[in-house]
Amino acid sequence: MRIGELAGVAAVQAFGLAVLALCLALHSDMALAQPDAGAGLRSGFDSMSASTQAMQRDDAANPGMLTVNDGAKLWTRPEGSAQRSCSGCHGEASVSMKTAAARYPRWDERLNRPVGLSQRIALCRQRYQGLDAGSPESAVQLALTTFVAHAARGVSLQPDTDPRLVPWRERGRARFEQRIGQLDLSCAACHEERAGLRLGGATIPQGHPNGYPLYRLEWQSVGSLQRRLRNCLTGVRAEVWPSDAVEYIELELHLTRRAAGLLIETPAVRP
Amino acid sequence: MASALVKVPARARRGEVIEITAMVAHPMETGFRSGENGQILPRNIVQFFVCRYDGVEVFRAEFFPAITANPYIAFSTVATRSGTLEFRWIDDRGVEVLERAAIIVE
Amino acid sequence: MTPDSTPYPGRRQSLRLIVAGVAGGIAGASSGWCPEARATPADMQAAIMAFSRSQTLQSGGVRLLVPELVENGNLVPVSVHVDSPMTERDHVRRIGLFSERNPQPQIAVFHLGPRSGRADVTTRIRLADSQRLVAIVEMADGRFFQTGVEVIVTLAACIEN
Repeated sequence: MRIGELAGVAAVQAFGLAVLALCLALHSDMALAQPDAGAGLRSGFDSMSASTQAMQRDDAANPGMLTVNDGAKLWTRPEGSAQRSCSGCHGEASVSMKTAAARYPRWDERLNRPVGLSQRIALCRQRYQGLDAGSPESAVQLALTTFVAHAARGVSLQPDTDPRLVPWRERGRARFEQRIGQLDLSCAACHEERAGLRLGGATIPQGHPNGYPLYRLEWQSVGSLQRRLRNCLTGVRAEVWPSDAVEYIELELHLTRRAAGLLIETPAVRP
Repeated sequence: MASALVKVPARARRGEVIEITAMVAHPMETGFRSGENGQILPRNIVQFFVCRYDGVEVFRAEFFPAITANPYIAFSTVATRSGTLEFRWIDDRGVEVLERAAIIVE
Repeated sequence: MTPDSTPYPGRRQSLRLIVAGVAGGIAGASSGWCPEARATPADMQAAIMAFSRSQTLQSGGVRLLVPELVENGNLVPVSVHVDSPMTERDHVRRIGLFSERNPQPQIAVFHLGPRSGRADVTTRIRLADSQRLVAIVEMADGRFFQTGVEVIVTLAACIEN
Protein backbone atom coordinates (compact mmCIF):
# COMPACT_ATOMS: atom_id res chain seq x y z
CA MET A 1 0.00 0.00 0.00
CA ARG A 2 1.45 3.33 -0.97
CA ILE A 3 1.11 6.46 1.05
CA GLY A 4 -1.71 8.41 -0.57
CA GLU A 5 -1.34 11.77 -2.19
CA LEU A 6 -1.64 14.93 -0.15
CA ALA A 7 -5.11 15.70 -1.43
CA GLY A 8 -7.76 16.90 1.00
CA VAL A 9 -6.34 16.99 4.49
CA ALA A 10 -7.91 14.44 6.80
CA ALA A 11 -8.57 16.76 9.69
CA VAL A 12 -9.05 14.80 12.88
CA GLN A 13 -10.68 16.61 15.71
CA ALA A 14 -8.86 15.56 18.84
CA PHE A 15 -12.01 15.64 20.90
CA GLY A 16 -13.82 13.36 18.50
CA LEU A 17 -10.81 11.11 18.29
CA ALA A 18 -10.50 10.98 22.06
CA VAL A 19 -14.16 10.04 22.40
CA LEU A 20 -13.79 7.49 19.65
CA ALA A 21 -10.65 6.11 21.23
CA LEU A 22 -12.43 5.83 24.56
CA CYS A 23 -15.42 4.05 23.03
CA LEU A 24 -13.20 1.75 21.05
CA ALA A 25 -11.03 1.07 24.09
CA LEU A 26 -14.09 0.11 26.10
CA HIS A 27 -15.41 -1.92 23.22
CA SER A 28 -12.17 -3.75 22.70
CA ASP A 29 -11.85 -4.45 26.42
CA MET A 30 -15.28 -6.00 26.35
CA ALA A 31 -14.39 -7.95 23.23
CA LEU A 32 -11.53 -9.59 25.04
CA ALA A 33 -13.64 -10.98 27.85
CA GLN A 34 -13.81 -14.36 26.12
CA PRO A 35 -16.17 -17.05 27.41
CA ASP A 36 -15.24 -19.41 30.22
CA ALA A 37 -12.33 -21.73 29.73
CA GLY A 38 -14.79 -24.36 30.92
CA ALA A 39 -15.84 -24.76 27.32
CA GLY A 40 -12.20 -25.60 26.57
CA LEU A 41 -12.14 -22.85 23.98
CA ARG A 42 -9.23 -20.47 24.04
CA SER A 43 -8.72 -17.62 21.61
CA GLY A 44 -5.28 -17.30 20.07
CA PHE A 45 -5.13 -14.01 21.93
CA ASP A 46 -4.42 -15.89 25.14
CA SER A 47 -1.30 -17.55 23.72
CA MET A 48 0.37 -14.29 22.75
CA SER A 49 2.97 -12.27 24.57
CA ALA A 50 1.81 -9.35 26.68
CA SER A 51 3.19 -6.81 24.23
CA THR A 52 1.30 -8.28 21.27
CA GLN A 53 -1.86 -8.44 23.36
CA ALA A 54 -1.41 -4.78 24.25
CA MET A 55 -1.07 -3.97 20.57
CA GLN A 56 -4.41 -5.60 19.83
CA ARG A 57 -6.12 -3.91 22.76
CA ASP A 58 -5.19 -0.36 21.78
CA ASP A 59 -7.05 0.83 18.69
CA ALA A 60 -4.48 3.57 18.17
CA ALA A 61 -1.68 0.98 18.19
CA ASN A 62 -3.39 -1.87 16.31
CA PRO A 63 -2.16 -1.75 12.69
CA GLY A 64 -5.33 -3.60 11.64
CA MET A 65 -7.31 -0.47 12.50
CA LEU A 66 -5.65 1.30 9.57
CA THR A 67 -7.35 -1.27 7.35
CA VAL A 68 -10.65 -0.79 9.20
CA ASN A 69 -10.38 2.93 8.47
CA ASP A 70 -9.79 2.20 4.80
CA GLY A 71 -12.88 0.03 4.83
CA ALA A 72 -14.92 2.78 6.45
CA LYS A 73 -14.04 5.12 3.61
CA LEU A 74 -14.93 2.50 0.99
CA TRP A 75 -18.25 1.81 2.71
CA THR A 76 -19.56 5.26 1.85
CA ARG A 77 -17.95 5.63 -1.54
CA PRO A 78 -20.33 5.55 -4.56
CA GLU A 79 -19.10 3.04 -7.14
CA GLY A 80 -19.96 1.73 -10.57
CA SER A 81 -22.30 3.05 -13.24
CA ALA A 82 -25.19 3.34 -10.76
CA GLN A 83 -22.91 5.21 -8.32
CA ARG A 84 -24.09 3.12 -5.41
CA SER A 85 -22.29 2.87 -2.10
CA CYS A 86 -22.54 0.12 0.51
CA SER A 87 -24.05 2.67 2.88
CA GLY A 88 -26.72 3.52 0.31
CA CYS A 89 -28.33 0.15 0.98
CA HIS A 90 -26.91 -0.82 4.36
CA GLY A 91 -26.76 2.50 6.15
CA GLU A 92 -24.46 2.70 9.15
CA ALA A 93 -22.34 -0.45 9.35
CA SER A 94 -22.21 -0.22 13.13
CA VAL A 95 -25.96 -0.86 13.07
CA SER A 96 -26.67 -3.01 10.02
CA MET A 97 -23.53 -5.15 10.30
CA LYS A 98 -23.63 -5.44 14.07
CA THR A 99 -23.86 -9.25 14.00
CA ALA A 100 -23.37 -10.06 10.30
CA ALA A 101 -19.85 -11.47 10.52
CA ALA A 102 -20.81 -13.79 13.37
CA ARG A 103 -22.93 -16.03 11.13
CA TYR A 104 -20.67 -16.52 8.17
CA PRO A 105 -20.12 -18.69 6.08
CA ARG A 106 -23.73 -18.71 4.87
CA TRP A 107 -25.61 -20.24 1.97
CA ASP A 108 -25.80 -18.19 -1.20
CA GLU A 109 -28.98 -18.92 -3.17
CA ARG A 110 -27.72 -17.83 -6.55
CA LEU A 111 -24.40 -19.64 -6.41
CA ASN A 112 -26.05 -22.58 -4.67
CA ARG A 113 -23.13 -23.02 -2.31
CA PRO A 114 -21.75 -21.56 0.92
CA VAL A 115 -19.86 -18.27 0.83
CA GLY A 116 -17.63 -16.55 3.35
CA LEU A 117 -17.98 -12.92 4.37
CA SER A 118 -15.33 -11.70 1.95
CA GLN A 119 -16.97 -13.50 -0.92
CA ARG A 120 -20.38 -12.17 0.10
CA ILE A 121 -18.99 -8.64 -0.09
CA ALA A 122 -17.39 -9.34 -3.47
CA LEU A 123 -20.71 -10.70 -4.76
CA CYS A 124 -22.53 -7.62 -3.50
CA ARG A 125 -20.05 -5.35 -5.27
CA GLN A 126 -20.46 -7.37 -8.45
CA ARG A 127 -24.25 -7.66 -8.40
CA TYR A 128 -25.25 -4.26 -7.07
CA GLN A 129 -22.35 -1.99 -7.91
CA GLY A 130 -21.25 -3.62 -11.16
CA LEU A 131 -17.66 -4.00 -10.00
CA ASP A 132 -15.23 -6.78 -10.82
CA ALA A 133 -14.53 -9.22 -8.04
CA GLY A 134 -11.05 -8.55 -6.77
CA SER A 135 -8.85 -11.24 -5.25
CA PRO A 136 -9.66 -11.93 -1.59
CA GLU A 137 -6.26 -10.48 -0.66
CA SER A 138 -6.74 -7.26 -2.62
CA ALA A 139 -6.58 -4.07 -0.60
CA VAL A 140 -10.23 -3.27 -1.29
CA GLN A 141 -11.54 -6.72 -0.35
CA LEU A 142 -9.50 -6.84 2.82
CA ALA A 143 -10.48 -3.33 3.82
CA LEU A 144 -14.21 -3.93 3.41
CA THR A 145 -14.15 -7.40 5.00
CA THR A 146 -12.13 -6.17 7.97
CA PHE A 147 -14.44 -3.19 8.37
CA VAL A 148 -17.62 -5.30 8.29
CA ALA A 149 -16.22 -7.98 10.59
CA HIS A 150 -14.98 -5.29 12.96
CA ALA A 151 -18.55 -4.01 13.25
CA ALA A 152 -19.32 -7.32 14.96
CA ARG A 153 -16.34 -7.16 17.32
CA GLY A 154 -17.35 -8.51 20.70
CA VAL A 155 -20.20 -10.59 19.26
CA SER A 156 -19.88 -14.34 19.69
CA LEU A 157 -19.56 -16.61 16.69
CA GLN A 158 -22.92 -18.24 15.92
CA PRO A 159 -22.64 -20.57 12.95
CA ASP A 160 -25.58 -20.51 10.57
CA THR A 161 -27.91 -23.51 11.05
CA ASP A 162 -29.02 -23.76 7.43
CA PRO A 163 -29.17 -27.56 6.83
CA ARG A 164 -27.66 -27.16 3.36
CA LEU A 165 -24.38 -26.20 5.03
CA VAL A 166 -24.15 -29.52 6.88
CA PRO A 167 -22.49 -31.72 4.23
CA TRP A 168 -19.95 -28.98 3.48
CA ARG A 169 -19.19 -28.54 7.15
CA GLU A 170 -18.78 -32.29 7.54
CA ARG A 171 -16.26 -32.37 4.72
CA GLY A 172 -14.47 -29.53 6.50
CA ARG A 173 -14.33 -31.55 9.69
CA ALA A 174 -12.92 -34.54 7.83
CA ARG A 175 -10.34 -32.30 6.23
CA PHE A 176 -9.41 -30.91 9.63
CA GLU A 177 -8.57 -34.42 10.77
CA GLN A 178 -6.90 -35.55 7.56
CA ARG A 179 -3.13 -35.95 7.61
CA ILE A 180 -1.52 -34.20 4.67
CA GLY A 181 1.78 -33.01 3.32
CA GLN A 182 5.34 -34.24 3.58
CA LEU A 183 5.15 -33.72 7.33
CA ASP A 184 2.01 -35.86 7.39
CA LEU A 185 0.21 -33.63 9.83
CA SER A 186 -3.46 -32.84 10.16
CA CYS A 187 -4.85 -29.57 11.51
CA ALA A 188 -5.99 -31.56 14.53
CA ALA A 189 -2.50 -32.93 15.18
CA CYS A 190 -1.27 -29.43 16.08
CA HIS A 191 -4.37 -27.46 16.97
CA GLU A 192 -6.24 -30.11 18.95
CA GLU A 193 -3.71 -32.61 20.26
CA ARG A 194 -0.87 -30.16 20.79
CA ALA A 195 -2.59 -26.85 21.41
CA GLY A 196 -0.83 -25.13 24.29
CA LEU A 197 2.49 -26.85 23.61
CA ARG A 198 5.33 -25.01 21.93
CA LEU A 199 6.55 -25.12 18.34
CA GLY A 200 9.89 -23.34 18.25
CA GLY A 201 9.43 -20.15 20.20
CA ALA A 202 5.66 -19.99 19.75
CA THR A 203 2.77 -21.50 21.66
CA ILE A 204 0.52 -23.55 19.38
CA PRO A 205 -2.93 -21.95 19.44
CA GLN A 206 -6.21 -23.82 19.01
CA GLY A 207 -6.45 -22.26 15.56
CA HIS A 208 -9.75 -20.37 15.73
CA PRO A 209 -11.00 -18.00 13.04
CA ASN A 210 -12.50 -15.41 15.40
CA GLY A 211 -10.03 -12.61 14.64
CA TYR A 212 -10.05 -12.55 10.85
CA PRO A 213 -9.14 -10.66 8.80
CA LEU A 214 -6.24 -10.03 11.10
CA TYR A 215 -2.87 -8.29 11.21
CA ARG A 216 -0.21 -10.97 11.22
CA LEU A 217 3.20 -9.72 12.34
CA GLU A 218 4.76 -12.22 9.93
CA TRP A 219 2.96 -10.59 7.00
CA GLN A 220 3.25 -7.00 8.28
CA SER A 221 -0.20 -6.56 6.84
CA VAL A 222 -3.79 -7.60 7.27
CA GLY A 223 -4.69 -10.92 5.64
CA SER A 224 -7.55 -13.34 5.35
CA LEU A 225 -8.22 -16.70 6.96
CA GLN A 226 -7.51 -18.20 3.54
CA ARG A 227 -4.05 -16.72 3.51
CA ARG A 228 -3.35 -18.13 6.95
CA LEU A 229 -4.58 -21.57 5.87
CA ARG A 230 -2.22 -21.40 2.91
CA ASN A 231 0.60 -20.74 5.37
CA CYS A 232 -0.45 -23.86 7.28
CA LEU A 233 -0.38 -25.91 4.09
CA THR A 234 3.10 -24.62 3.34
CA GLY A 235 4.05 -25.34 6.93
CA VAL A 236 3.25 -29.03 6.60
CA ARG A 237 4.72 -29.10 3.10
CA ALA A 238 1.43 -29.87 1.42
CA GLU A 239 0.30 -28.66 -1.96
CA VAL A 240 -1.38 -25.31 -1.51
CA TRP A 241 -4.98 -25.29 -2.71
CA PRO A 242 -5.84 -22.71 -5.43
CA SER A 243 -7.65 -19.63 -4.17
CA ASP A 244 -11.05 -20.77 -5.46
CA ALA A 245 -10.81 -24.26 -3.95
CA VAL A 246 -13.85 -25.48 -2.03
CA GLU A 247 -11.56 -26.80 0.67
CA TYR A 248 -11.27 -23.29 2.16
CA ILE A 249 -14.98 -22.75 2.67
CA GLU A 250 -15.45 -26.31 3.95
CA LEU A 251 -12.72 -25.78 6.51
CA GLU A 252 -14.02 -22.37 7.45
CA LEU A 253 -17.48 -23.88 8.12
CA HIS A 254 -15.93 -26.43 10.45
CA LEU A 255 -13.64 -23.88 12.11
CA THR A 256 -16.45 -21.46 12.86
CA ARG A 257 -18.60 -24.22 14.32
CA ARG A 258 -15.66 -25.40 16.38
CA ALA A 259 -15.14 -21.85 17.63
CA ALA A 260 -18.82 -21.15 18.33
CA GLY A 261 -19.11 -18.97 21.39
CA LEU A 262 -15.75 -17.23 20.97
CA LEU A 263 -16.02 -13.50 20.51
CA ILE A 264 -15.04 -11.80 17.29
CA GLU A 265 -11.80 -9.86 17.71
CA THR A 266 -11.38 -8.41 14.24
CA PRO A 267 -8.93 -6.95 13.56
CA ALA A 268 -6.91 -9.30 15.74
CA VAL A 269 -3.12 -9.12 15.94
CA ARG A 270 -1.22 -12.40 15.77
CA PRO A 271 2.46 -13.36 15.44
CA MET B 1 -5.38 4.40 0.16
CA ALA B 2 -3.51 5.90 3.10
CA SER B 3 -4.67 5.88 6.65
CA ALA B 4 -3.11 7.40 9.70
CA LEU B 5 -4.11 6.96 13.32
CA VAL B 6 -3.13 9.59 15.82
CA LYS B 7 -3.92 9.62 19.54
CA VAL B 8 -3.77 13.00 21.30
CA PRO B 9 -5.55 13.87 24.54
CA ALA B 10 -8.46 16.19 23.86
CA ARG B 11 -7.64 18.34 26.86
CA ALA B 12 -4.62 18.96 29.05
CA ARG B 13 -3.46 21.31 31.78
CA ARG B 14 -0.95 23.99 30.88
CA GLY B 15 2.52 22.60 31.36
CA GLU B 16 1.36 18.99 31.48
CA VAL B 17 3.50 16.51 29.60
CA ILE B 18 1.23 14.57 27.27
CA GLU B 19 1.88 11.39 25.33
CA ILE B 20 1.10 11.23 21.64
CA THR B 21 1.02 8.15 19.42
CA ALA B 22 1.02 8.19 15.65
CA MET B 23 0.83 5.38 13.12
CA VAL B 24 0.62 5.55 9.33
CA ALA B 25 -0.11 2.87 6.73
CA HIS B 26 3.04 2.24 4.71
CA PRO B 27 4.75 -0.97 3.56
CA MET B 28 8.24 0.28 4.49
CA GLU B 29 9.79 -1.70 1.65
CA THR B 30 13.36 -2.15 2.78
CA GLY B 31 15.22 -2.41 -0.50
CA PHE B 32 16.75 -5.65 0.73
CA ARG B 33 13.98 -8.01 -0.38
CA SER B 34 13.78 -9.86 -3.69
CA GLY B 35 10.57 -10.21 -5.63
CA GLU B 36 9.30 -13.32 -7.35
CA ASN B 37 11.64 -12.98 -10.31
CA GLY B 38 14.68 -12.58 -8.08
CA GLN B 39 15.05 -8.85 -8.66
CA ILE B 40 15.44 -6.56 -5.68
CA LEU B 41 12.25 -4.74 -4.79
CA PRO B 42 13.12 -1.05 -4.75
CA ARG B 43 13.28 0.66 -1.38
CA ASN B 44 10.35 2.83 -0.39
CA ILE B 45 10.15 3.81 3.23
CA VAL B 46 8.82 6.68 5.28
CA GLN B 47 11.94 8.78 5.84
CA PHE B 48 10.66 11.52 8.12
CA PHE B 49 7.96 12.01 10.67
CA VAL B 50 7.48 15.54 11.99
CA CYS B 51 5.14 16.86 14.65
CA ARG B 52 4.41 20.58 14.79
CA TYR B 53 2.52 22.32 17.55
CA ASP B 54 0.98 25.53 16.26
CA GLY B 55 3.59 25.56 13.55
CA VAL B 56 6.61 24.93 15.79
CA GLU B 57 8.41 21.62 15.38
CA VAL B 58 8.33 19.72 18.68
CA PHE B 59 9.40 16.26 17.55
CA ARG B 60 11.05 14.70 14.54
CA ALA B 61 11.99 11.14 13.65
CA GLU B 62 14.22 9.86 10.89
CA PHE B 63 13.31 6.32 9.90
CA PHE B 64 15.50 3.70 8.25
CA PRO B 65 14.45 0.37 6.67
CA ALA B 66 14.60 -1.32 10.07
CA ILE B 67 11.44 0.47 11.14
CA THR B 68 8.48 -1.90 10.87
CA ALA B 69 5.75 -1.54 8.24
CA ASN B 70 2.94 0.79 9.24
CA PRO B 71 5.39 2.74 11.39
CA TYR B 72 4.30 3.53 14.91
CA ILE B 73 5.80 6.15 17.18
CA ALA B 74 4.99 7.31 20.70
CA PHE B 75 6.54 10.46 22.11
CA SER B 76 5.91 13.28 24.57
CA THR B 77 5.31 16.98 24.33
CA VAL B 78 4.45 19.75 26.76
CA ALA B 79 0.89 21.08 26.50
CA THR B 80 1.66 24.77 26.18
CA ARG B 81 -1.57 26.27 24.84
CA SER B 82 -4.74 25.38 22.98
CA GLY B 83 -4.02 24.86 19.34
CA THR B 84 -3.39 22.40 16.56
CA LEU B 85 -0.94 19.57 16.38
CA GLU B 86 0.11 18.65 12.90
CA PHE B 87 1.64 15.31 11.95
CA ARG B 88 3.46 14.80 8.70
CA TRP B 89 5.00 11.67 7.20
CA ILE B 90 7.20 11.89 4.09
CA ASP B 91 8.41 8.85 2.15
CA ASP B 92 11.25 8.17 -0.27
CA ARG B 93 9.08 9.20 -3.20
CA GLY B 94 8.18 12.51 -1.60
CA VAL B 95 4.61 11.39 -0.93
CA GLU B 96 3.22 13.01 2.20
CA VAL B 97 0.51 12.10 4.64
CA LEU B 98 -0.82 14.84 6.86
CA GLU B 99 -2.99 14.52 9.93
CA ARG B 100 -4.11 17.17 12.41
CA ALA B 101 -5.53 17.14 15.92
CA ALA B 102 -6.78 19.97 18.08
CA ILE B 103 -5.96 20.22 21.76
CA ILE B 104 -7.57 22.34 24.45
CA VAL B 105 -5.13 23.47 27.12
CA GLU B 106 -6.46 24.97 30.32
CA MET C 1 4.00 5.90 30.07
CA THR C 2 1.77 4.58 32.86
CA PRO C 3 2.16 0.94 33.91
CA ASP C 4 -1.20 0.10 32.30
CA SER C 5 -0.12 1.22 28.90
CA THR C 6 3.33 -0.23 28.97
CA PRO C 7 3.37 -3.18 26.62
CA TYR C 8 6.06 -5.08 28.48
CA PRO C 9 6.15 -7.18 31.62
CA GLY C 10 6.45 -5.10 34.79
CA ARG C 11 10.20 -5.20 35.42
CA ARG C 12 12.38 -2.38 34.12
CA GLN C 13 16.13 -2.62 34.11
CA SER C 14 18.68 -0.23 32.80
CA LEU C 15 20.64 -2.93 31.00
CA ARG C 16 19.25 -6.34 30.18
CA LEU C 17 21.79 -8.95 29.25
CA ILE C 18 20.41 -12.23 27.96
CA VAL C 19 23.06 -14.70 26.88
CA ALA C 20 22.32 -14.99 23.19
CA GLY C 21 23.44 -18.58 22.89
CA VAL C 22 20.52 -19.55 20.69
CA ALA C 23 21.31 -17.16 17.86
CA GLY C 24 22.59 -19.81 15.50
CA GLY C 25 20.17 -21.73 13.36
CA ILE C 26 17.34 -19.24 13.50
CA ALA C 27 19.07 -16.72 11.30
CA GLY C 28 17.35 -14.80 8.58
CA ALA C 29 14.42 -16.96 7.57
CA SER C 30 11.70 -14.42 8.27
CA SER C 31 9.96 -13.08 5.20
CA GLY C 32 11.29 -9.52 5.22
CA TRP C 33 15.01 -10.09 4.92
CA CYS C 34 17.61 -11.16 2.43
CA PRO C 35 19.74 -13.50 4.55
CA GLU C 36 23.00 -12.69 2.82
CA ALA C 37 22.86 -8.97 3.63
CA ARG C 38 24.30 -8.46 7.06
CA ALA C 39 25.95 -5.60 8.78
CA THR C 40 28.74 -6.43 11.17
CA PRO C 41 29.53 -5.12 14.63
CA ALA C 42 32.19 -3.00 12.92
CA ASP C 43 29.53 -1.41 10.67
CA MET C 44 27.49 -0.59 13.72
CA GLN C 45 30.50 0.96 15.42
CA ALA C 46 31.18 3.08 12.36
CA ALA C 47 27.57 4.26 12.26
CA ILE C 48 27.68 5.09 15.98
CA MET C 49 30.91 7.03 15.58
CA ALA C 50 29.38 9.03 12.74
CA PHE C 51 26.30 9.78 14.85
CA SER C 52 28.33 10.75 17.90
CA ARG C 53 31.04 12.56 15.93
CA SER C 54 33.51 10.20 17.60
CA GLN C 55 32.87 11.72 21.01
CA THR C 56 33.32 9.66 24.16
CA LEU C 57 30.26 7.57 24.99
CA GLN C 58 29.34 7.61 28.66
CA SER C 59 27.08 5.18 30.48
CA GLY C 60 24.11 5.83 32.72
CA GLY C 61 20.72 7.43 32.64
CA VAL C 62 19.49 5.64 29.50
CA ARG C 63 17.10 2.69 29.47
CA LEU C 64 16.41 0.60 26.40
CA LEU C 65 13.42 -1.69 26.74
CA VAL C 66 12.34 -4.59 24.58
CA PRO C 67 9.86 -7.37 25.38
CA GLU C 68 11.26 -10.42 27.12
CA LEU C 69 9.92 -12.60 24.35
CA VAL C 70 10.04 -11.34 20.78
CA GLU C 71 7.40 -13.33 18.94
CA ASN C 72 8.31 -12.06 15.53
CA GLY C 73 11.41 -10.23 14.37
CA ASN C 74 9.27 -8.26 11.93
CA LEU C 75 7.81 -6.22 14.76
CA VAL C 76 9.79 -5.62 17.92
CA PRO C 77 8.47 -2.86 20.20
CA VAL C 78 11.36 -0.76 21.52
CA SER C 79 11.26 2.01 24.11
CA VAL C 80 14.02 4.42 25.02
CA HIS C 81 13.92 6.48 28.17
CA VAL C 82 16.51 9.02 29.24
CA ASP C 83 16.63 10.52 32.74
CA SER C 84 16.65 14.19 31.86
CA PRO C 85 14.80 17.26 33.18
CA MET C 86 14.32 18.35 29.54
CA THR C 87 14.88 22.01 30.36
CA GLU C 88 16.31 24.59 28.01
CA ARG C 89 19.76 24.06 29.47
CA ASP C 90 19.65 20.32 30.14
CA HIS C 91 17.81 18.20 27.61
CA VAL C 92 18.18 15.38 25.14
CA ARG C 93 18.83 16.59 21.61
CA ARG C 94 18.93 13.33 19.68
CA ILE C 95 18.53 9.60 20.26
CA GLY C 96 19.99 7.17 17.74
CA LEU C 97 19.06 3.47 17.59
CA PHE C 98 21.49 1.00 16.08
CA SER C 99 21.57 -2.69 15.25
CA GLU C 100 24.49 -5.02 15.10
CA ARG C 101 23.25 -7.56 12.60
CA ASN C 102 20.54 -6.03 10.43
CA PRO C 103 21.49 -5.35 6.80
CA GLN C 104 21.98 -1.71 7.78
CA PRO C 105 23.04 -0.57 11.25
CA GLN C 106 20.94 2.61 11.54
CA ILE C 107 17.39 2.06 12.77
CA ALA C 108 16.11 5.53 13.64
CA VAL C 109 17.09 8.94 14.91
CA PHE C 110 14.74 10.91 17.14
CA HIS C 111 15.04 14.67 17.61
CA LEU C 112 13.79 15.98 20.94
CA GLY C 113 14.06 19.26 22.81
CA PRO C 114 12.82 21.22 25.82
CA ARG C 115 9.29 21.07 24.43
CA SER C 116 9.33 17.29 24.72
CA GLY C 117 8.76 17.37 28.47
CA ARG C 118 10.13 13.87 28.81
CA ALA C 119 12.75 11.90 26.93
CA ASP C 120 10.57 8.87 26.18
CA VAL C 121 10.18 7.39 22.71
CA THR C 122 8.60 4.11 21.63
CA THR C 123 8.60 2.61 18.17
CA ARG C 124 8.53 -0.76 16.40
CA ILE C 125 11.52 -2.16 14.61
CA ARG C 126 12.60 -5.10 12.51
CA LEU C 127 15.36 -7.35 13.77
CA ALA C 128 16.80 -9.83 11.33
CA ASP C 129 18.25 -12.06 13.99
CA SER C 130 18.98 -12.31 17.67
CA GLN C 131 21.46 -9.49 18.28
CA ARG C 132 22.53 -6.46 20.22
CA LEU C 133 20.54 -3.26 20.05
CA VAL C 134 22.23 0.04 20.99
CA ALA C 135 20.87 3.50 21.84
CA ILE C 136 23.11 6.58 21.67
CA VAL C 137 21.90 9.79 23.26
CA GLU C 138 23.16 13.28 22.50
CA MET C 139 22.62 15.87 25.23
CA ALA C 140 22.29 19.61 24.74
CA ASP C 141 25.72 20.18 26.25
CA GLY C 142 27.33 17.90 23.69
CA ARG C 143 27.83 14.87 25.89
CA PHE C 144 26.91 11.44 24.56
CA PHE C 145 25.51 8.48 26.47
CA GLN C 146 24.98 4.90 25.41
CA THR C 147 23.23 1.72 26.42
CA GLY C 148 22.67 -1.65 24.80
CA VAL C 149 20.47 -4.70 25.12
CA GLU C 150 20.68 -8.25 23.81
CA VAL C 151 17.49 -9.34 22.05
CA ILE C 152 16.47 -12.89 21.26
CA VAL C 153 14.34 -13.18 18.14
CA THR C 154 12.25 -16.27 17.43
CA LEU C 155 10.52 -17.36 14.26
CA ALA C 156 6.80 -17.66 13.73
CA ALA C 157 5.52 -21.10 12.79
CA CYS C 158 3.99 -21.88 9.40
CA ILE C 159 5.13 -18.88 7.38
CA GLU C 160 4.54 -17.95 3.78
CA ASN C 161 7.46 -19.68 2.09
